Amino acid sequence: MTPPRRKRRQPQPLPPPPPPPPKPAEGEENPRYPERLYTIAGSADGGRAELDLVTLIVARSAPPPSASPEEAAVLRLCTAPLSVAELSAYLNLPFSAMTVLITELITTELVQARAPIVRKALPDRSLLEAVMHGLQRL
Amino acid sequence: MDFNGSDTIPGPRTEDHLPHTAQAAVKIVIVGGFGVGKTTMVGSVSDIRPLTTEETMTQAGIGVDDNYGSETKTATTVAMDFGRISITDKLVLYLFGTPGQERFWFLWNGLFEGALGAVVLVDTRRLEVSFDVMGRLEERGVPFVVAVNSFPDAPRYPTEELRTALDLAPEIPILDCDVRRRASSKEVLMTLMRFLHSIALSGALT
Repeated sequence: MTPPRRKRRQPQPLPPPPPPPPKPAEGEENPRYPERLYTIAGSADGGRAELDLVTLIVARSAPPPSASPEEAAVLRLCTAPLSVAELSAYLNLPFSAMTVLITELITTELVQARAPIVRKALPDRSLLEAVMHGLQRL
Repeated sequence: MDFNGSDTIPGPRTEDHLPHTAQAAVKIVIVGGFGVGKTTMVGSVSDIRPLTTEETMTQAGIGVDDNYGSETKTATTVAMDFGRISITDKLVLYLFGTPGQERFWFLWNGLFEGALGAVVLVDTRRLEVSFDVMGRLEERGVPFVVAVNSFPDAPRYPTEELRTALDLAPEIPILDCDVRRRASSKEVLMTLMRFLHSIALSGALT
């Protein structure tokens, strides 16, 4: 084969720093990185809970009369556990808007968040074995 | 979106509900170029019909169509398809198919940082599309396997030739697959899991 050769890369000692906040010059709008848009932002001031795409959300109660239509929709959907990604898909809301909405619901104790299992430096063998057994049954 | 009619918002079908015992979820990311079969693979093994989550970014951030001097920024939507496999009553596995360009990745909080590992899906007709993806995963220390989706008219290469061309470490699994077939997609995932398991074992020994 005509080899389109790639060059292997090494793990970086430190994770790359988060993208710096765009500093547009006076009168110029040219951020180097895409920006999240907050459309249903209850509080876009960074007070969001640490929500992963696969954090499972479960309703703790039925929608109270004070709930917004969006909040009520979430509470109705997650009477059984649903991931943030699934809620985002069913409600047709961007992921970031979804996390803002869910953070509000966690704060008001209307939903419970079940944290995802994240990859650690040394993966948990029993977890990996459980996933393998589960896949084998497919 | 109008939520006033939210009684009619489509939710999961009754048979798609997770049990209340579901406590935690893990995820695997499937990365590859456009049209390489990510969504097909997700769909062939998922318990549920594949869903789409979206994120919105401003066009200025995409870098393809500079809007200098324009007051209004247009929003562009980046979509990611995903599926789900119930592992046990308590544990759920999610599969995310994501475009190869890293500029999309950080839109989703910790997409790779929290993942067990990744599958790089490649098409031998466009091998170079996956070069950057593999490099990014190596830099981030995300373990991955390479799955070659067998398109009928795509050239076939011996595995070791591919390994050389892709400059992959000898331990990284490379396998052929046909992601339209459930058994084949399952084997790709099992190969990744066995690889992760071997890493965990060797880590435990040192």
